[in-house]
Amino acid sequence: MANLKINGKTINVDVEDDTPLLWAIRENVGLTGTKYGCGIAQCGACTVHVDGVAIRSCGITVNEAAGKEITTIEGLAAGGVMHKVQLAWIASDVPQCGYCQSGMIMAVAALLKENPKPSDDDINDAITNICRCGTFQQVREAIHAAANT
Amino acid sequence: MNQHVIPKLNRRAFVIGTATAGAGLALGLDLPFGGPAVVRAADGAPEVNAWVVIRPDDTVVIRIARSEMGQGTLTGLAQLVAEELECDWSKVTTEYPTPGQSVARKRAWGDFSTGGSRGIRTSQDYVRKGGATARVMLIQAAANEWKVPAAECKAANSVITHTPSGKTTTYGKVAEAAAKLEPPADVKLKDPKDWTIAGKGLKRLDTTDKTTGKMIYGIDVKLPGMLNAAIKDCPVFGGKVKSFDEAKVSGMKGVKKVVPVGDSAVAVVADTWWHAKTALDALPIVWDEGDNAKVSSETIAKWLAEGLDNAQPAYVGNQNGDAKAAIAGAAKKVEAVYSYPFQNHATMEPMNATVLYTPDKCEVWCGTQNGEAAFAAALEASGLPADKVDVHKLMLGGGFGRRGMTDYVRQAVAIAKQMPGTPIKLLWSREEDMQHGKYHPVTQCKLTGAFDADNNLVALHYRLSGQSILFSVRPEALQNGMDPAAFQGVAQSGEAAIGYSVPNLLVEHSMRNPHVPPGFWRGVNVNHNAIYMECFMDELAQAAGQDPLEFRRKLMGKNPKHLAVLNAVAEKIGWSTPAPKGVYRGIAQVMGYGSYVAGAAEISVTDGSKIKVHRIVASTDPGYVVNPAQVERQIAGSFVYGLSALFYGGCTVKDGRIEQTNFDTYNSMRINEMPKVEAVMVPSGGFWGGVGEPTIGVAAPAVLNAYFAATGKRIRSFPLRNQNISFA
Repeated sequence: MANLKINGKTINVDVEDDTPLLWAIRENVGLTGTKYGCGIAQCGACTVHVDGVAIRSCGITVNEAAGKEITTIEGLAAGGVMHKVQLAWIASDVPQCGYCQSGMIMAVAALLKENPKPSDDDINDAITNICRCGTFQQVREAIHAAANT
Repeated sequence: MNQHVIPKLNRRAFVIGTATAGAGLALGLDLPFGGPAVVRAADGAPEVNAWVVIRPDDTVVIRIARSEMGQGTLTGLAQLVAEELECDWSKVTTEYPTPGQSVARKRAWGDFSTGGSRGIRTSQDYVRKGGATARVMLIQAAANEWKVPAAECKAANSVITHTPSGKTTTYGKVAEAAAKLEPPADVKLKDPKDWTIAGKGLKRLDTTDKTTGKMIYGIDVKLPGMLNAAIKDCPVFGGKVKSFDEAKVSGMKGVKKVVPVGDSAVAVVADTWWHAKTALDALPIVWDEGDNAKVSSETIAKWLAEGLDNAQPAYVGNQNGDAKAAIAGAAKKVEAVYSYPFQNHATMEPMNATVLYTPDKCEVWCGTQNGEAAFAAALEASGLPADKVDVHKLMLGGGFGRRGMTDYVRQAVAIAKQMPGTPIKLLWSREEDMQHGKYHPVTQCKLTGAFDADNNLVALHYRLSGQSILFSVRPEALQNGMDPAAFQGVAQSGEAAIGYSVPNLLVEHSMRNPHVPPGFWRGVNVNHNAIYMECFMDELAQAAGQDPLEFRRKLMGKNPKHLAVLNAVAEKIGWSTPAPKGVYRGIAQVMGYGSYVAGAAEISVTDGSKIKVHRIVASTDPGYVVNPAQVERQIAGSFVYGLSALFYGGCTVKDGRIEQTNFDTYNSMRINEMPKVEAVMVPSGGFWGGVGEPTIGVAAPAVLNAYFAATGKRIRSFPLRNQNISFA
């Protein structure tokens, strides 16, 4: 049993303390925009914000996340207005299959919060998500575009 | 801007017990382009024909039979239909017909298979005709209403105008009447040079939902009362389950049932997948691993190496002159042996399928590259007749060839059959996905080139040894035992023909099929054949003391299309001018899937082992380009996929099983390792080639040849991590 604060709402989920946050979000809360890719915090498809920091949600437990502010891709748009990263993503037509993109967008949104004008090197250091389709050049273009809006 | 959701039919279908997907579609019509009876979409809007539904508000629903897995085919096919339909692109939306509907309508939508880079090229003709036919019927309906000759009317942007009077109406207003007309027997298609919607880099139709988390993939399906299954198949391919101890896990939280799946797998069904997986990890299973447990990468390599011996039997795929004699009598001989490992597709979304089975109906929801194959698998696994089975396709979280296979669908049906009435979602863990792939085939290749005294290449012997995909996947396609697809990229003619003319040529394949199941991995046989041939061409150029580009050019006089793309990349990368200091270049070309492609790379190397890729230039001639923005993305993506395999990939076998289990042991390139890909599109027209796969063939050899230019070292076995070579 854990109280999770997800996208501004407190939700009581009936799971064991050691359940990965990812699976509580997907299966118990029912928000499926956060994706399962590897389960070992390698690929980044499950990236969410925990107290504003990009976290791979497969790698932390609900117990560790309880009481903290969790934001998923569904909560990124504030008041129905898309986040500037999402808008840049649409403008650059970034996604191919799209499966990794929720995590990619969440990682980028966290980066821009911390570093509003990242250089290419900053992007290289901060964005380590796997994309098997290979959208990287559109990702880079959209990060710079979002930084300039 | 129009932004559309793909699985509209599927979403409606989520409401179980009421109308299933497209239930409003009348069944049993045998005319692919409509008929006298009005067929209606689920919302009541009339079908002008199988491809086009027009709602009263002028929304145009275009039916797409091929699957979208990121490659952009959904948007491209919609562009082709819209182009001929002359409709307002901003009002276009799309939906997937189901395979069951297609079967009931005598395959009104043709082939669903989305592999072999065929999505656009092998359906462009009939989808364009579908759009054109609908346009003619809509114009005729307006002309009938106005009592004027149709020839006096024209259509543009979903508006029909009677030219002499200036009267106008819209598609939405006449669709109902148009749907009642007989379709024209023949329609004339536009010349691609007159395209205004096709041929343009329009935005994809599925982007918004992919940026908000709303896109529904197979893994996201939710059905009322649904349970979740986790599965473990015998880690040794061909092995079986001896026993499992259900009692050890049946009391664990959420566990509902433990079921055998076929004779080789066990699944745990629980309330959540996390509970199912946790219990499965705790479930004692005894395997009968069988003789395959003795197989390792070393035993496979030894067996394949034997096939390189000319004394061993081999299938001849391409030959002219007498290569063996010419080599024996040559002034100079060059020989090299290359090998390429198994690779896993590693789609970001692991395999999964959701099934609701009752004795009266079997419905499947899944991402699949081949709806009809998934349908056939569900039919067979459920034992139900075709009118009681259907497959609802969802967005694929990556395909790359893997989701053309139906193993996961069969498993899901087998589990659901043991719990009738309860929807079951089967999801593979990443570990299961890595260890139960349909792997890129394992091969070795011995290449021998021979020169005369003037350094002219007089003979080339290309002897491939290793696995045949068709032998395992589609044995009926073998020709007297030979796998014709094994020669993709080095064939005499056809859609994957060799670009070089050599006076004495012998291309042959000693087929050796290890127990590890092969599959169609992006690029399929073009991938390793291009690596072998293009790296060896570089070796031959070096042996002849010639520039690698000039050496190739001399052999390509009879293949102007191959040569044109090679020249295009050479020009773009500036081959004739020196590279920046410390930067080295490599070049490669191949033909595959009916398209001509070439690539060039600029790299620098530190300490002989740390590679930085500075620049990639790639050229493609696919005949026609339907969406240049998407073609550019496929070209760039092919480099990411191909170079990930080159640097990080490689699946090894130990004790009969695949050793790699997740992205920590089977890594993939990240953004910091990938430069911008400069794509040069040179469509020459007159043929339709594919785009998603051919470019992967040139990715690795362009970089490997640059690595040789930088270091003087040839790398002939992969992945590079085994040679302690990595990205800088």
